[in-house]
Amino acid sequence: MNIRRLLAMAFKETLQVWRDPRSLAVALLMPVMQMAILGYGVSLDIRHVPLCVYDQENSQASRAVAERFVSSGWFSVSHVISRYSGIARAMDRSECIAAIVIPANFSRTLASTGSAPVQAIFDATDVNTTNIALGYAQGVVAQANAQISAQWDAAHGVHPSQVGTVELDPSVWFNETLDSRYFIIPGVVAVILALVGAQLTSLTISREWERGTMEQLISTPVSALEVMLGKLIPYFVIGLLDAAFCLAAAIFWFKVPFRGNVAALFLTTALFNLVVLGIGYLISVRIRSQLGASQIALMVTMLPTTLLSGYTFPIDQMPAAIRALTYVVYPRYYVTILRGIFLKGSGLADLWAPMLGLSVYAVVIIWLASRAFEKRL
Amino acid sequence: MMAAPDGAAIRVHGLTKSFGPVQAVREVGFDVSRGEIFGLVGPDGAGKTTTMRMLAAVLQPDQGEIAVDGVDVAADPERAKLHLSYMPQRFGLYEDLTVGENIFFYAELFGVPRRERAARSEQLLGAAGMLPFRRRLAGQLSGGMKQKLGLVCALIHTPKVLLLDEPTTGVDPVSRRDFWAILYDLRESGVTIVLSTAYMDEAERCSRLALLHAGAVRYCDTPARLKAMMPGALLAIPATDPRGVRDVLAGTPGVLGILLMGDRVHVRVDDAPRRIPELQALLRERGVPQLRIDPAEPGIEDVFVALLGQDRQP
Repeated sequence: MNIRRLLAMAFKETLQVWRDPRSLAVALLMPVMQMAILGYGVSLDIRHVPLCVYDQENSQASRAVAERFVSSGWFSVSHVISRYSGIARAMDRSECIAAIVIPANFSRTLASTGSAPVQAIFDATDVNTTNIALGYAQGVVAQANAQISAQWDAAHGVHPSQVGTVELDPSVWFNETLDSRYFIIPGVVAVILALVGAQLTSLTISREWERGTMEQLISTPVSALEVMLGKLIPYFVIGLLDAAFCLAAAIFWFKVPFRGNVAALFLTTALFNLVVLGIGYLISVRIRSQLGASQIALMVTMLPTTLLSGYTFPIDQMPAAIRALTYVVYPRYYVTILRGIFLKGSGLADLWAPMLGLSVYAVVIIWLASRAFEKRL
Repeated sequence: MMAAPDGAAIRVHGLTKSFGPVQAVREVGFDVSRGEIFGLVGPDGAGKTTTMRMLAAVLQPDQGEIAVDGVDVAADPERAKLHLSYMPQRFGLYEDLTVGENIFFYAELFGVPRRERAARSEQLLGAAGMLPFRRRLAGQLSGGMKQKLGLVCALIHTPKVLLLDEPTTGVDPVSRRDFWAILYDLRESGVTIVLSTAYMDEAERCSRLALLHAGAVRYCDTPARLKAMMPGALLAIPATDPRGVRDVLAGTPGVLGILLMGDRVHVRVDDAPRRIPELQALLRERGVPQLRIDPAEPGIEDVFVALLGQDRQP
């Protein structure tokens, strides 16, 4: 290993990235765009579910029920209708996802028995959205029930202590507001780093083949290891800068709570960077066209990071076989670590298992990469 | 085949390389002595580039031995690379780097001492007439300039052996002259040069030539001795209609070969004093009057065609 040759490679590679608009865009613009698109666009929370209200009674009590749905923030009334068929029509046109029907005898039944049915109808075409909306609706109804039964008790002279109510007081840890954005954004950072890192390095060796510079390069005494390290150094720095940007955006712009320590974050990010750069480099050594290499890099990074890392689709709910597969997929470890550091304030000691996974991955990939490139035509 | 004098800078023996069913290089062997300009000449597909690549240690031979400056290239390619320099046929420098950056990059890869680097790059760029282009991107240079830059980068570390694969193809005459001036200077300073070329005038400038055909060395000697080997004598016929002359003379007894050379026709005959009057008479008879038929010194192209043609039809 010769330091001068290594630095010469790194210097040359840096100039090439700097002068290649495409690489520069991937290095600098892509993280900003992805952060904006994924940070804002991907949210598992559903707000303002369009709601159709068919109030057959139109009394103060019935209006109060509808009002509860709206004031919860989860629903907004899109239609107020006066016929059952209106619900079907609104759903057919996708103008509402949920509908509530309040019967004509609502307040009478409520006053006499202390409880009254309200019908809720959901469009279950999109099962996920419906499940979430259903959850919200149950929440709204539960809240209403509590209040109504308290009022009823008071009106009928039943003292609460005599009934002995049991109340559930849920306490949510780590993501107190249950904001799915907090859960997703650390994953977004992993997606961006994997995408950018592997994209850039997938071009480095294939570029030399494609432009015909490889033959001259391998006729020099530069070693395969010097080529690899020299080429990876600039991308490692770019990767860390992109990571710093994304993490800063997560903390300061999207206000994801950051409870862990920066050193742990830096260490794991550096490891993750090594893995994705190594993967991109391996692809680049194998595929001699830039287009082919970048396409494969996209597949190898995008698919596992978005589907198998637990970034949006919870690993716990996957079938056993797929769950086993996630252990083979490197982003899983990084996403777990990031969430731990961000939301739980976990230290390195708590995260030893995913850290170990990521480290093993990094060592294996870099070892493979260092052996992959042969100085031969 | 003539052996080089002692102190060979390059020894090649039994070099063989196949690509699938195609045998690109067959049992090639030659020695090149220090300070020689050795030319590999042959038609396209003769195996020139494959041979050059194996000499440069970028392509692994199937069989055979190469020693460059005493270093076994197959056994220790990286050590051999320290002392040699290779310029591929296709421009191999970075078009998105400037002239100066390319030179810097190759100087660093070969570990040229810093103080030496500036002086040497100054001197080489000066000799190539490229001092004003230091800051220009290599991709924006003309074809000739690119080749000269390639040579500058190849020479920045003062190699002992220089390998040039068709270095002047597509280069303008002025740049070619600069190029050769640099090569002669190098030879003076004891650098061994191997170059492949398709230009016959360049082949003449080499101290020795290997004539490659179908992957094998057919002849290997100095240009003068190769010319002496040419069977028959050469006649030059200045012609306004060279094709017409060729058509008349083809197949005539005593004519061994005909080669069109622009506004002249080269005719190789078995016996010049006897055939000149015969050919003149024949041309007159067919209505292609020729004032002059002169004996001519064969060029290397004549020799080449004669020798290889003879191989093909023994």
